[in-house]
Amino acid sequence: MQTSLPQTASLRILIAEDSDSDRLILTRLVSRLGHQVIEATDGAEAVRRFREAKPDLVLLDALMPRMDGMECARQIKALAGDELVPVIFLTSLTDAGSLADCLDAGGDDFIAKPYNRVILAAKIQAFNRMRVMHRTLTQQRDNIRARNEQLLDEQSIAKRVFDNVAHTGCLDAPHIRYYASPMSIFNGDILFACPRPAGGMHILIGDFTGHGLPAAIGAMPVAEIFYGMTTKGFAASEVLQEINQKLRRILPTGMFCCAAMVEADFHLGQVGIWNGGLPDGFLLRRAGGKTVVHSTHLPLGVLDPDHFDATLVYHMAEPGDSLLLMTDGVLEASGADDIMLGEEGVRSAVSAWGSGAGVVEHLVDRVREHTNRQPDKDDMTLIALEIVEEQEDTGFAATLGQSALQGPVQWACSYEISGPTLGRFSPLPLLLHVCTQVSGLRRCSGAIYTMLAELYNNALEHGVLRLPSEWKASAGGFARYYLERQRRLCSVEDHFIRFELRHRQTDSGGELTITCEDSGEGFDPAQTGPHKEDGACYAGRGLMLLQELADEMTINMPGNRVEVVYHWQAT
Amino acid sequence: MPIETHRSEDGRVLTIRIEGRFDFSSHQAFRDAYEHAEPGVAQYIVDLSDTTYLDSSALGMLLLLRDYAGGDGSSIRICNCSGDVRRILSISNFEQLFDID
Repeated sequence: MQTSLPQTASLRILIAEDSDSDRLILTRLVSRLGHQVIEATDGAEAVRRFREAKPDLVLLDALMPRMDGMECARQIKALAGDELVPVIFLTSLTDAGSLADCLDAGGDDFIAKPYNRVILAAKIQAFNRMRVMHRTLTQQRDNIRARNEQLLDEQSIAKRVFDNVAHTGCLDAPHIRYYASPMSIFNGDILFACPRPAGGMHILIGDFTGHGLPAAIGAMPVAEIFYGMTTKGFAASEVLQEINQKLRRILPTGMFCCAAMVEADFHLGQVGIWNGGLPDGFLLRRAGGKTVVHSTHLPLGVLDPDHFDATLVYHMAEPGDSLLLMTDGVLEASGADDIMLGEEGVRSAVSAWGSGAGVVEHLVDRVREHTNRQPDKDDMTLIALEIVEEQEDTGFAATLGQSALQGPVQWACSYEISGPTLGRFSPLPLLLHVCTQVSGLRRCSGAIYTMLAELYNNALEHGVLRLPSEWKASAGGFARYYLERQRRLCSVEDHFIRFELRHRQTDSGGELTITCEDSGEGFDPAQTGPHKEDGACYAGRGLMLLQELADEMTINMPGNRVEVVYHWQAT
Repeated sequence: MPIETHRSEDGRVLTIRIEGRFDFSSHQAFRDAYEHAEPGVAQYIVDLSDTTYLDSSALGMLLLLRDYAGGDGSSIRICNCSGDVRRILSISNFEQLFDID
């Protein structure tokens, strides 16, 4: 900034004056002040000289032949455009009307004839300060404008990368409705959905503290972990643990992510929910009534891995039921009167709706009504998942990334977990990973995962833990089943589950043989016969599913070893 | 002043009172309140009796105070919460980290 110029700053000054003597006097005065003078004898010449010489300041006689001072000032101001070129009228006029006309034409000030040297010097100096200040402001404005354009450019590129990483997954599935209002290009809220290899899906909805870039940066690793682990077959609680650990490590203290994770299993007709810091969610029953899903955990990124609890709460869910979750932007939506919609507002809006995923639009309308269609002050995200019949669930294979690698064809492996590990670790992602190294099996990873999962769950829950699946038929028994599962997992010291996988090439493709053996007492498949019709028999549903997926299935006596053979065809 | 501090006579308890909205705009003042205190504080009390609103960045600031006060070994009491403020604290399950009454 050079607003305080030294007294000697030399300016280029245009003097337009038709009287030769007056012009001579003024030229001398101005030159002696150290400035460079450009002379003109009438208005038209003044405009021409202005165009050629680009002076810093203009001294203009009001009354001149050919073009008077007023018109000349107008043209000079138009030529100067954005630049401030002070125009000072030289005048012997004294009536207020004429002086005002000079200013109206674009003049900045007057100097009365005869000239006073001191006043002339002071005015030139003052207007130069104004000129320099104006130029500085203009430059700063242009800089800011350019920086802003650059920033927007960078943001839109970053947004493309961001959208590729934090894509919306299977949010467009027909049984999902959602609404997400971005407050800026980036959004403090996150909303992801990913199909599981075994069918069903995981959904993650969350709200980072803050908005914009910091929130978006946190969202990227969350998306990577969420999609990566879900696709590989990890359970929701394992995904949560990993995300929490990652956020705890990378986020500064004070920044975290309020979130809810959903594990929807349409085959079993159940949803598992983990709510850490989001407002109440609602499981809306088709038959009427609702189950409220409270936040029971600290947000993600707050607790150390040792203290973090990733236990989901499981609910039975039937086709037609819907699960609604939202970020706190919905509750905090406020109108002109600054009154928030609040917990009560949301609750009554939800009650008024009943059931069905359309509750999202209903609630968004309610928020609009409340805020009088004011732009959202916060980020607001809602999602409703409608529970559907298993066969309506959209497929998984389409979303799976393809690898160019051919992979092994002739191999076998054995993997056993035992003791307390049974309760703490799921071998399924690992086994699926081994299988999907075979390129032909990658296409049917859904079927492979389901077979592995059914074999494993049968072996663990019914073989090792000896839990009766009839319990799961009622809501009370359902909770009891999971409590008991948790309890019995603590005493599995002498137990094991062993998988043996074998793969070989065939003429038309390949053959995968999976054997799963457990340390339990086994069961007699024949004894389960009488219950088969109601589908609630011992391991009944799981075995039926295995039978459907596998080409061959053998159960040994006493029923603690199951072998399935699966053929795939080369395309 | 929207944020006031008070030190007990023995100097061991620092009370921080927040008036009005507790959000990002209070960030610097809230940090100053405990960082500029003389050493020797054994317990912090965050008095929210005149706090009308608390947002997620305020939750973050409470976590910063907790870290400053020694993390798991810290002693921080959050008291006199209004209904709304209390609701926000419990949605985030901050009872697990702070002594809230």
